[in-house]
Amino acid sequence: MKFAVVVFPGSNCDRDMYYAAKEALGEEADMLWYKDANLDGYDAILIPGGFSYGDYLRCGAIASTSKVVEQLREKAEAGVPILGVCNGFQILVESGLLPGALMRNKNLKFMCHFEDLVVENNETIFTSNYEKGEVISIPIAHMEGNYYCDEETLASLRDNNQIVFTYKNNPNGSAADIAGVTNERGNVLGMMPHPERAVEAILNSADGLKLFQSMLKNWRETYVAGA
Amino acid sequence: MLQAPEITPEMVEQDKVYREMGLTDKEYDMIKDIMGRRPNFTEIGIFSVMWSEHCSYKTSKPLLKKFPTEGKQVVQGPGEGAGVVDIGDGQGVVFKVESHNHPSAVEPYQGAATGVGGIIRDVFSMGARPIASLNSLRFGNLTTDRVKYLFEEVVHGIAGYGNCVGVPTVGGEVQFDDSYEGNPLVNAMCVGLIDTKDIQKGIASGLGNTIMYVGSKTGRDGIHGATFASEDLSEETESKRSNVQVGDPFMEKLLIEACLEVIHSPALVGIQDMGAAGLTSSASEMASKAGMGMEMNLDDIPQREANMTAYEMMLSESQERMLLCVKKGEEQEIIDIFRKYNLEAVAVGTVTDDKRFRLLHKGEVVADIPVDSLAEDAPIFHKESKVPAFYEEYQNMPAYAPNVTGHADMLKKLLQQPTIASKEYVYDQYDSMVQANTVFSPGSDAAVLRVRGYDKALAMTIDCNSRYIHLDPEVGGQIAVAEAARNIVASGAKPLAITDGLNFGNPDKPENFWQMEKSVDGMSAACLKLDTPVISGNVSLYNESNGQAIFPTPIVGMVGLHESVSHITPSHFQNEGDAIYVIGETAAEFGGSELQNVLEGRYFGKAPAIDLEVEAKRQSELLEAIRSGLVVSAHDISEGGLAVAVAESLFTGKGFGANIAVEGELTAALFSESQSRFVVSVKEADRQAFEQAVENAHYLGTVSNQGKLVVSNGTEEVINEEIEALQQLWRGAIPCLLKSKA
Amino acid sequence: MKLVKVHVTLKEGVLDPQGKAVQGSLNRLGYEFVQEVRVGKYLELTVEDDANIEQKIEEICNKLLANPVIENYEYTVEEGVTQ
Repeated sequence: MKFAVVVFPGSNCDRDMYYAAKEALGEEADMLWYKDANLDGYDAILIPGGFSYGDYLRCGAIASTSKVVEQLREKAEAGVPILGVCNGFQILVESGLLPGALMRNKNLKFMCHFEDLVVENNETIFTSNYEKGEVISIPIAHMEGNYYCDEETLASLRDNNQIVFTYKNNPNGSAADIAGVTNERGNVLGMMPHPERAVEAILNSADGLKLFQSMLKNWRETYVAGA
Repeated sequence: MLQAPEITPEMVEQDKVYREMGLTDKEYDMIKDIMGRRPNFTEIGIFSVMWSEHCSYKTSKPLLKKFPTEGKQVVQGPGEGAGVVDIGDGQGVVFKVESHNHPSAVEPYQGAATGVGGIIRDVFSMGARPIASLNSLRFGNLTTDRVKYLFEEVVHGIAGYGNCVGVPTVGGEVQFDDSYEGNPLVNAMCVGLIDTKDIQKGIASGLGNTIMYVGSKTGRDGIHGATFASEDLSEETESKRSNVQVGDPFMEKLLIEACLEVIHSPALVGIQDMGAAGLTSSASEMASKAGMGMEMNLDDIPQREANMTAYEMMLSESQERMLLCVKKGEEQEIIDIFRKYNLEAVAVGTVTDDKRFRLLHKGEVVADIPVDSLAEDAPIFHKESKVPAFYEEYQNMPAYAPNVTGHADMLKKLLQQPTIASKEYVYDQYDSMVQANTVFSPGSDAAVLRVRGYDKALAMTIDCNSRYIHLDPEVGGQIAVAEAARNIVASGAKPLAITDGLNFGNPDKPENFWQMEKSVDGMSAACLKLDTPVISGNVSLYNESNGQAIFPTPIVGMVGLHESVSHITPSHFQNEGDAIYVIGETAAEFGGSELQNVLEGRYFGKAPAIDLEVEAKRQSELLEAIRSGLVVSAHDISEGGLAVAVAESLFTGKGFGANIAVEGELTAALFSESQSRFVVSVKEADRQAFEQAVENAHYLGTVSNQGKLVVSNGTEEVINEEIEALQQLWRGAIPCLLKSKA
Repeated sequence: MKLVKVHVTLKEGVLDPQGKAVQGSLNRLGYEFVQEVRVGKYLELTVEDDANIEQKIEEICNKLLANPVIENYEYTVEEGVTQ
């Protein structure tokens, strides 16, 4: 399986994402600089965390206007799995690929620590290796992770089973404790917590590895004959 | 702002304009001699920043010479952007600490942020990828709104910059004392990783080669920052707000990535960041180090503001700027690499062979100085030194004998002292895990990062107990180095080297200079004994407000190596049933202790004694025992003594408790701050082997699953407290102080 | 040249923790008559004269300056100073 990691100016979890795919999962991965990125031929696209364009104006807003996002839109429509983590999630909501918005944490501060997440939906291509209701330990590191959407959107997220992860102890004020959501089709996942930082026991949790393994398993089942 | 064209060389001399820039009459005469004529306004400005304490170390040089700087592990000692230590496999670890005290006192957010940015640039200008930041902070007590504001904004500034730039902030320390109320300390340390073959130098060699400028444009920020850092803080400096620079971490992130790509280009000759004294120091130092000269055309300097003078450009401390020396004719290769990151590399000068530092502006020569005179001819001052009366007084006092009645209550009080209490409020705001190498985050004795792709890890810490140094700078200096090494060893690593951040008061006062002298003596002795040479450092003097100096605060940043990740040892207890030991001997030593602070509200008497022979032997025995797999957890004993160390070892949230018995006089057993001690836990089955491996290990009891700390003195229970309750007090203390009304 | 002044504010009903903090702070300072604070952004754009200036500014606001999920915007166009 071949992963693309799209690197924007100011991305800073690009290498972490790359190593998660390449070393922890053991699959192919490339880091693609946003200017000359060609997303064709990749089986999944990873949008890493960081501070694209310094988080100036609004987190993810400036990156969402770059040309590579047009390609992302096409790939999303074609059903290619896209995972956006932290600033990657912010870019996906700013570009309209995912519903809602990410606002300042309710305590107004940056926060970085491990949080317990509940796997609300294990029927996605990102979560099939988890149990439904499983509690996993994944670090957060953000100042704008407070998920907001209007009541109507929230109802449709619930109806379509798009809420994939929730916080067990909501740290940032997110609506309905939401930590991660998919698009309607289920091939685009955005989440504030960092699964790529929790892929080895030495980093204090390997709970994030199953997310990448789910993507691999799904890809094998779909595309690899005889798998 | 002073305008260059209006001030003639004659006026500089007659009106003694140089005094405003921090130069003395004698220094002006020296400069006139060097130049063979009256220096003009731009030239005298250039001299004033290069000869400031910050750049020339004119006061501290005689002391810095005493530091041991050699060892077989040292690849690069003091003198470059940062020092480098060998860690095997062709890799080196690069590190340095730097202060940003005065800017942070005036504008805490930007002062702290740009401090982080500056030290990160020092590390990547060596060619190393910055992998970790640490910081050491000092504030007044958290009782006034002003101190709370400084504390919160400094933390925000460090977070705002460090998080954005993608370097994890993995450790640090914060202490509070009245002596820092008007003059907080903000010392930032950066650690980088490099393949030693890639080490860069800040040199401009090769006649005719091109000098290129890259990064943020030059504005009128921070003019005279270097001289500002060399003055006392006063009401007047409060109004010098324009001196403080504004940081752009996004620009810095682009520079990191671009520069780490550029170092692999054969077109690059040398690279240096523009730190204090900006373009002046980077350019003149690069030429001086190469034994060459340099000519720059200031019309080509990218400028953010209109009508900037030569003086303003040369003294600007705008952030996020780098200066490169590039092979003639190969400039385009460098330009292309930077363009990828949306950065512009601009040719601004050439390397000459006349050893002159020549600047052109609008078709005129605006400065022409023998380049070596800037870096090498600054006068060296041998300041007067005098033993302070209070020191004699402390030494002659009878040993302080505290009277503690409720030992459990005292433990609770100690855990809530801001210096001991959990710093989670601070470090939760730092991204401590980006780059995905962090094994132990802040809150451990030492931060630990694995080295990706190898069976090894790095331990790092930053530390200084300035109370002991206030009482006895020589002993306190020894303790500062020894304690940092204890943190490293407790995590299972071998200490490699240190960077020193020397923060003192006005050195013109002989008592202050004596403190500097003695602390350096103490640190040097400990560095020699523990084989941790000094590879880089920083000096910050004139840390005073309203004539009152801070406690002498020579901060020690230390890095160590785990030769295998299996040696990584946590500071918390891990299993029910493990045996608990204290390693080392306890005497009734309370001078400078946290207990003394609680009971008396001040510090007096003798600092705790330290025997460096014993320290070295104990550290090596413990490290050997860890490497042999005999130690489950290890935590060094510092402020608050044994009781605090045991309680901290239990703050895991896993429901552990401890049943221990202590011997001897109870108050000393629990709260003394005797040196060279650790609390460790050992598997029951390994007890015998452990006792053989480590001398002076005293069995205390066992780890329980009862969630209680139960301490007996051999005959009766003296403490019986719920761990969860203790942990809540410890965790809640700082947030509670911040919320309470002044 | 024209000077465009854009105000971006949070939509009504969207929680504004920053505004709440500022309000709390003002109330604590004794300004208890402050009932609500909403924090927004103010941007100044110096632009060339253009026949479709209003349409273009609307576009800019919708595309980048404001996030329509949570924010509203208002703007004015004034005579600017030629630089």
